[in-house]
Amino acid sequence: MVCWQDLEESFRMKLSLTKVVNGCRLGKIKNLGKTGDHTMDIPGCLLYTKTGSAPHLTHHTLHNIHGVPAMAQLTLSSLAEHHEVLREYKEGVGKFIGMPESLLYCSLHDPVSPCPAGYVTNKSVSVWSVAGRVEMTVSKFMAIQQALQPDWFQCLSDGEVSCKEATSIKRVRKSVDRSLLFLDNCLRLQEESEVLQKSVIIGVIEGGDVMEERLRSARETAKRPVGGFLLDGFQGNPTTLETRLRLLSSVTAELPEDKPRLISGVSRPDEVLECIERGVDLFESFFPYQVTERGCALTFSFDYQPNPEETLLQQNGTQEEIKCMDQIKKMETTGCNQEITSFEINLKEKKYQEDFNPLVRGCSCYCCKNHTRAYIHHLLVTNELLAGVLLMMHNFEHYFGFFHYIREALKSDKLTQLKELIHRQAS
Amino acid sequence: MAGAATQASLESAPRIMRLVAECSRSRARAGELRLPHGTVATPVFMPVGTQATMKGITTEQLDALGCRICLGNTYHLGLRPGPELIQKANGLHGFMNWPHNLLTDSGGFQMVSLVSLSEVTEEGVRFRSPYDGNETLLSPEKSVQIQNALGSDIIMQLDDVVSSTVTGPRVEEAMYRSIRWLDRCIAAHQRPDKQYLFAIIQGGLDADLRATCLEEMTKRDVPGFAIGGLSGGESKSQFWRMVALSTSRLPKDKPRYLMGVGYATDLVVCVALGCDMFDCVFPTRTARFGSALVPTGNLQLRKKVFEKDFGPIDPECTCPTCQKHSRAFLHALLHSDNTAALHHLTVHNIAYQLQLMSAVRTSIVEKRFPDFVRDFMGTMYGDPTLCPTWATDALASVGITLG
Repeated sequence: MVCWQDLEESFRMKLSLTKVVNGCRLGKIKNLGKTGDHTMDIPGCLLYTKTGSAPHLTHHTLHNIHGVPAMAQLTLSSLAEHHEVLREYKEGVGKFIGMPESLLYCSLHDPVSPCPAGYVTNKSVSVWSVAGRVEMTVSKFMAIQQALQPDWFQCLSDGEVSCKEATSIKRVRKSVDRSLLFLDNCLRLQEESEVLQKSVIIGVIEGGDVMEERLRSARETAKRPVGGFLLDGFQGNPTTLETRLRLLSSVTAELPEDKPRLISGVSRPDEVLECIERGVDLFESFFPYQVTERGCALTFSFDYQPNPEETLLQQNGTQEEIKCMDQIKKMETTGCNQEITSFEINLKEKKYQEDFNPLVRGCSCYCCKNHTRAYIHHLLVTNELLAGVLLMMHNFEHYFGFFHYIREALKSDKLTQLKELIHRQAS
Repeated sequence: MAGAATQASLESAPRIMRLVAECSRSRARAGELRLPHGTVATPVFMPVGTQATMKGITTEQLDALGCRICLGNTYHLGLRPGPELIQKANGLHGFMNWPHNLLTDSGGFQMVSLVSLSEVTEEGVRFRSPYDGNETLLSPEKSVQIQNALGSDIIMQLDDVVSSTVTGPRVEEAMYRSIRWLDRCIAAHQRPDKQYLFAIIQGGLDADLRATCLEEMTKRDVPGFAIGGLSGGESKSQFWRMVALSTSRLPKDKPRYLMGVGYATDLVVCVALGCDMFDCVFPTRTARFGSALVPTGNLQLRKKVFEKDFGPIDPECTCPTCQKHSRAFLHALLHSDNTAALHHLTVHNIAYQLQLMSAVRTSIVEKRFPDFVRDFMGTMYGDPTLCPTWATDALASVGITLG
């Protein structure tokens, strides 16, 4: 019999809320990690990685970035195929990837790559790696986690509902039932595993777009001794999130206050704010990566208290950008350029060819301190690898800066101003 | 421009090379190049950053590896982004934000590698741009003009480059034309005090033609000489003989730059033959194919044999990749679509080349270069006597025996 009370007490990590403003939770999670001495701020984000490495970045270039989050997100889809290697390695994935000091959260899927539907059964879930499909039963899943030894990991869950359109209630119900069954089985196996005592299972809230099922999933999952909650199935395009926001509020209302709430697949600045207002604490940082891959740089403003001159310049800039955006949208019919948001500029545009300004004036990132828009433009036109490196450094730093400002805005009761500023820039 | 036909250089040529030590057996030298963007210790390997970037590593990373001179390519940069833009950006140094030295080639080599797109006349080389289809004439004057705009510390003459596998009258024509183009480059050069123009010895694999070229070009008042037209498809046996012939006729007090050489064995042998500077795309290119350079050759890290190899690429290497990562991790990363894998290897391979040259230099200064060569060959080939014949012959010709 699983003694849930013992498991609960064994959690050293502690979430303390400083304040709650408009549904937004500001606080810290303390006593994190194997040695129990790491801290994370909430609201916050996790460092996005691919196969255990920040995209395009080596240790040196990653450490050029200011404000890198204390916790990195690993994906099982990129690591499951290396199970045997990690098992033989014995010392855990953190050391293997050269990030022994970082906190690590292991999610099932990569938020950037869509998951093909039709591969979850009552007994197994599949992830998609470069090598192909990796099917995992509960025992295989837990064996992999034993080899990885992450600090947190998303429990095996049935998230397929969000991959498909028009899912039946029956299928939605099944996703909740399966996820709870997987959870109970994983918790049981964790009990029996010496190596996983210091790892924390994150329970997954499913339920698609059916309120009743969402509430059931939330209430049932909350009964289990999980370390936190992952709100799954809210990803999609901006319109789908909007319709799901009400569901989100209802779900978080059912969850205990003293455990962190993560959300998968939501990373855009405007959507981040909406979710924070509905009780979400932690986000993935894949949005800056997507921006990088389309040759763009994040330029949106989050300084809700700049000097008046700056405000004027930025406003004018934003007007320009919106005009260009409309033009571009008309030109492009396919490709990821269609997804360019108004939070970013497209460095491939000819107008940057002779622009010797940094990507963002006043930005303290390595790219902005050392290089110009003209140079980045050249690197993109000539297809040089350094383009991705420099853009990634800027985009991560800009994004982490945004989260810092969210916390500052909450601290000083300026959230409305920040929201207004972001929404003015959302297309 | 006539001058004394001896090996001593003319008084007015800027002396950019200071000899620090010479091997008493071979022709190996250790020296210092005094260039506008700082001192460079020789022998030196110069990594190639063709399009104003060192392939995925930042200038900060390159600096941290100890690199003090690298290459840019006039042909590519002349087309994209073009010399006018680079001039506006404070030259190539400003454009790519590299605080140390730059060497640009003339664009001539692309004549050989992109020959289907070009036509050589006395005027220059007519190219059709692969990017916009426009025709450009790259003349000696134009090449120097572009390089003046780029502002590199060392610039190369435009030479009439012929593949080393070509025989017949074309080789002789190219050799004499290169001399005439050298004079045109010297005349067109606007900034001899800020940028050092090097001549390039041609003549293919013909000893007489090379000798003629050497005799003529050394009469010209240039700060340094390159040995060109080699490192193509020729046999190694012919290659080393041309290098040795060239170094025997080049002035001692000026740097000798052997173009396009970068394999470790070739570097060590050619240092013994008296060369000071080298460049090659090989180390950085091979990195992007998953190959890591080591004292015993190379490791193709994508191979399954490295899947569970938890040691670094080279336990003796001090580069950031070897300090932090295992072969197993790099293997896994190479099989993903994360470009970071390539950057880890680029960092290591550049470090390998620079560490090699540094070790070579130290051995020359400490008067034990021949022993260094024997050790090097022993490590690389299992036994010094198993070293390739051409290398054994070349080393023997300058007094280093491997037996």
